[in-house]
Amino acid sequence: MEIFAQQLVNGLVLGSIYALVALGYTMVYGILGLINFAHGDITMIGALVSLTAVQLLAAAGVPAPVVLVLAGGAAMVVCVALGVSIERVAYRPLRHAPRLAPLITAIGISILLQYSAALIWGKQYIAMPEIVEPTRIVIAGAQLTSLQATIFLLACAIMAGLLWFLKASRMGRAMRATEQNPAVAGLMGVNTNKVIAFTFVLGSAIGAIAGLMVVLYYGLGHYFMGFMLGLKAFTAAVLGGIGNVAGAVLGGLLLGVIESLASGYIGDLTGGVLGSNYRDIFAFLVLVLVLVLKPSGLMGQHSGDRA
Amino acid sequence: MHTLRQISVALLTVALIAGCGKDTPPPAPKAATPAVPAVLNVKIGSASPLTGPQAHIGIDIRNGVQLAIDDANAANIEIGGAKARFELVAEDDEANPTKATTVAQKLADAKVAAVVGHFNSGASIPASKIYSDAGIPQISPSSTNPKYTQQGFKTTFRVVAHDDQQGPTLARFAAKTLQAKSVAVIDDSTAYGQGLADAFENTAKTLGVKVLAREHTTDKDTDFRAILTKIKGTKPDLVMFGGIDPQAAPMIRQMKELGIKAKFIGGDGMQTPNFIKIAGDASDGAMASIPGLPKEQMPGGNAFLEKYKAKFEKEVELFAPMGYDAVMVFIDAMKRAGSADPAKFLPELGKTDYQGVIGPIAFDEKGDLKNGPITIYVVKGGKWEPLETVKPDADAGRK
Repeated sequence: MEIFAQQLVNGLVLGSIYALVALGYTMVYGILGLINFAHGDITMIGALVSLTAVQLLAAAGVPAPVVLVLAGGAAMVVCVALGVSIERVAYRPLRHAPRLAPLITAIGISILLQYSAALIWGKQYIAMPEIVEPTRIVIAGAQLTSLQATIFLLACAIMAGLLWFLKASRMGRAMRATEQNPAVAGLMGVNTNKVIAFTFVLGSAIGAIAGLMVVLYYGLGHYFMGFMLGLKAFTAAVLGGIGNVAGAVLGGLLLGVIESLASGYIGDLTGGVLGSNYRDIFAFLVLVLVLVLKPSGLMGQHSGDRA
Repeated sequence: MHTLRQISVALLTVALIAGCGKDTPPPAPKAATPAVPAVLNVKIGSASPLTGPQAHIGIDIRNGVQLAIDDANAANIEIGGAKARFELVAEDDEANPTKATTVAQKLADAKVAAVVGHFNSGASIPASKIYSDAGIPQISPSSTNPKYTQQGFKTTFRVVAHDDQQGPTLARFAAKTLQAKSVAVIDDSTAYGQGLADAFENTAKTLGVKVLAREHTTDKDTDFRAILTKIKGTKPDLVMFGGIDPQAAPMIRQMKELGIKAKFIGGDGMQTPNFIKIAGDASDGAMASIPGLPKEQMPGGNAFLEKYKAKFEKEVELFAPMGYDAVMVFIDAMKRAGSADPAKFLPELGKTDYQGVIGPIAFDEKGDLKNGPITIYVVKGGKWEPLETVKPDADAGRK
């Protein structure tokens, strides 16, 4: 039981990071019908920018909470600028092109970002200075560090805030309108270009925070770290029903928990034939099952077929 | 458009002419001066990961090779009466077995006389077939998987102790010195990690240490909380990891976060400054074995470390001295054979009896280093400190 609780905690924290990144995928997909494959790498840039900021600031003797806020801020500024310019330069000109064109462009941007990061930060693992001393909390026999708790709570707050924002604010309403039908939304006086750009602002800013969380959580960063993270987050978005914001949250948390439980129990379940290095089989098996039974994902209402 | 095409045609023509101009002259002077003893150009290949998560270790090896080549060139070595000029051909295998074979073919096509590499066992093993087919002798500075020299190739050598020596040494250390009664074993699913963990597990069992869990991760992962949580439930005295620092460091951090009190031990892949840098305070007390003597205790150690630092402005990571010695062993064999032709100096390589930076180097019939010592280190106050040095021979006698 104690172990199960611990695995659940592990999975929820990991899942909340997946969910944050998945939000970026799902919002852009909802509005543009575009799978923004560069989003995982925007998160990576956010991670590395915040890592560098922490290194510089911690060396200068700035107190830890200030360091974190500044590092997160720096990462958000860089990621938002990057996200908006990618949209402006790479995706907007292709908005009415056949849907394969922006997809391939997104993959191209993803590779471009990875190798730019490799040029700037090098191709080695970069160590994150330990700036927060982890204090341990015990809940139902599960060890929880203060960092894990902060990551989870902050992620939940961001997700709740986003849901509220989409529902209650003027911009949120404009975003939902654009999602339903950009042409009609335009006729109703919604500046769709602005709305789409804002979607990228939101997604990238949330991605930047997820990036900071990842480097804090694992203590290292790497130019290729966005690839697997992006893939998992994308899977989470599809699992929850791509285009649906609440679905991305659910999908992310679920994927994290499945992964964690699978690594914990796969060896016992298969009698030692499969080790925990095969845990992704479980995550993707669940994805396949969900898609077979409910092709639009757990919370998806309609499968978007707009380009 | 029209002008653009004209310009490009013009450029192409210029390029072609320039190319021709470059190609034609050299043969003439060469043919004209046969009497002067020719300079013998010897290409030495170096293959290791220069990019990717293991780049710091791979670059370290290449730097060691570079240093040896510079020293050899400065010493004006003569081979068979001709003045030898050594040249480095460094290739990046990205720690990827597939890329390693491409790199091996590239080095064979470049007609290198000898190869220092690769770093990873998983890369050295597939590449060794290509070198063997091309007749190019290969010394791995670091690959410790036993299979590497067990394939029956005459061209494979290594200047480190292998896992059949390292794994059992670790297990004996765990059982005797640490008095561990139970252990959990994790590997990173690579030829190196799994080989080391297997060898450790087998010996540990024979010594009466209980193996409570055997887990696998990958060499790309950074989240081990699920595995560690499972291991925590079995309450082992010791956690042994077969793998390298980008995994070992987050692993020990996560162990501490989960409140696992077991000691942590691993192989040479995690005995790096990077491990301590990434793991931070959590690294304190972690132990790792490393084939060979401590850097500082190597017969040529301190001089080498200073020379390396002066040239590359950083500390030796791990295998630079082995890379350096590998080149020197090649040159030594070439000098004795009086030729840089692999077919001629390869038989001499087997008879090597060389005093290198790392100590005396001699090979057994398989190409393994004879009598390679193994040292166990512990992290103390943010530094790897040697704890105990074990000679496999002496150890076998003690058993």
